[in-house]
Amino acid sequence: MATSLIRKQKRTNALIWGWTAFVLVIVYLPILCGALASFNKSRYFGFPIKTFSTDWWDKTLASFEIGMIVKTSILIALVVTVLSVVIATFGALAFARYDWTGRRLYQKLIILPIFFPQPVLGLALLLGFNAVGIQTSWMTAAFAHLVWIVPVVTLVIAIQVYGFDPALEEAAYDLGCSRIQVFREVTLPLLWPGIWSGMLFAFLLSWSNFPLSLYTAGADSTIPKWLYAKMVAGYTPMVPALGTMATLGAAVLLLGGGLVGLLARRRRPA
Amino acid sequence: MADLAHTETQPRALAHAPEGMDGVRHARRLSVGARCALPVAVLLGLGFLAPLVAILAYSFATPRSFDVFRSFTLANFATLFDPSNTVWVSFVWSCGFALFTVALLAVIAYPIAYGLNMVFGRYAGFVSVLFVFPLFVSENVRLYGWVLFFIKNGVLDGTLKWLGLPGGPEVLYTPGITLFGMLYTYLPFMLFPMTLGLALVPRDLVDAARDLGAGRLFIWREIELPLAMPGILIGMLLTFVLAIGATAEAKILGGQSVIVISHDIEIAFTYSQNWPLGSALAVVVTAFIGVLILYVLSRLDLDRMLGRR
Repeated sequence: MATSLIRKQKRTNALIWGWTAFVLVIVYLPILCGALASFNKSRYFGFPIKTFSTDWWDKTLASFEIGMIVKTSILIALVVTVLSVVIATFGALAFARYDWTGRRLYQKLIILPIFFPQPVLGLALLLGFNAVGIQTSWMTAAFAHLVWIVPVVTLVIAIQVYGFDPALEEAAYDLGCSRIQVFREVTLPLLWPGIWSGMLFAFLLSWSNFPLSLYTAGADSTIPKWLYAKMVAGYTPMVPALGTMATLGAAVLLLGGGLVGLLARRRRPA
Repeated sequence: MADLAHTETQPRALAHAPEGMDGVRHARRLSVGARCALPVAVLLGLGFLAPLVAILAYSFATPRSFDVFRSFTLANFATLFDPSNTVWVSFVWSCGFALFTVALLAVIAYPIAYGLNMVFGRYAGFVSVLFVFPLFVSENVRLYGWVLFFIKNGVLDGTLKWLGLPGGPEVLYTPGITLFGMLYTYLPFMLFPMTLGLALVPRDLVDAARDLGAGRLFIWREIELPLAMPGILIGMLLTFVLAIGATAEAKILGGQSVIVISHDIEIAFTYSQNWPLGSALAVVVTAFIGVLILYVLSRLDLDRMLGRR
């Protein structure tokens, strides 16, 4: 009886592993297809690939236009990261740390932008900018990204805040620390892992955002927006090449960021 | 930053401590929590509420004009609800796609969410990262990868021909592939809330039920499912709402064989330059989504979901 139960459990676990692996293969398949296409020598994609070359990577790297677009993307992502982390850290304290009247309502309102279709949000923002007479540019795109990313980062940091013991702050006050000292020496270090993940999320979500940039960047272009324009206008192997580069950039950042976070956690005395 | 005044902090641990003079003096000012929430509130007020108000205002403007706040007419809504207008077809397509996406993703994601909680053990973190990473790759890049996979002479077709088979099926530019694209794009949005939800199921309870002789189906139906429901509901709501508003899948994979509702809104804003009509459509969609979200959220406790037990 008991052994048959264990055997059954083992079989279920194997099925779950198998299913997860299958879904993961599907998740990464199109990314691999893009990478393959970018190393095809010929102008048009055909499989199996006859000649491999890095010509299209070289061309993409040498393009002045693409250089500008990458710079704009990085600029927007950096601005969004800095602003959203500052705003969201306080937002997360309000979300999870303090009991205040209106907190329940605030918790629900803050997740509304996450639950809102981004194409519609982008068009609504475009309309709003137009109604007050603001010219759209990379700055309005950064603002649009903030509207969606700040709630996400707030939730990421809030999870850290839930595991935080307010008595530690109280102890520091009792030992005579000023409020700035407490924030710098106690609150920030305790929340740091959450803030660090929040920063990674903010940068990468802005880096990869397409629907908001499409409508709110005006004449400026980000990597996803430029790629979309080329996809619609006709195929060039620069599309998969730049797409793969952007993916690799995100992977390097995520790996590096994760590693730094891990090292920092290990170095700190328990 | 300096606003975090010591005298005003009211940590949960000391919530019942009698308020001193300071408490009385500051009672009229905003609480610390409210002041921490202020930057977010300002951002969302300007960036979320204000645009929605702008859309609402535009939806009452004269059709094909830009004179917002200067005219008031219901003509745009009349056009939308006119039986001869076929915009409802797009709406039905979008709702259909969204419903199928939710139903199929619930089935696809459940075993993985279960695995992340109960089976994968120390690999769970790594598996989660593998599922998170695609979110950091723009969805049009990933969808375009599928075009390269399914296109004539693409990866699938080419491989099959190379093996001497007749070649791949022509699936691109059909509604079916649009649905597939949505399943693909929104999987993480179902998976992670579901995983959080399943984490709420106490293992002792499941073990106790098993010791008392409950079958697996019984445990699933009577314990796992009800206790994980908040997370499952959030996942379903999130995927439904995102799928209703999705355009990239229908444009890139579906090749516009079907026009979805957000695409209709976009057409009104771009090609036909009829902002008031587009706004009216956006208002209808927003109202639909808004009612749904507020109804589901009003029944959930976020503190419990995210960690405060």
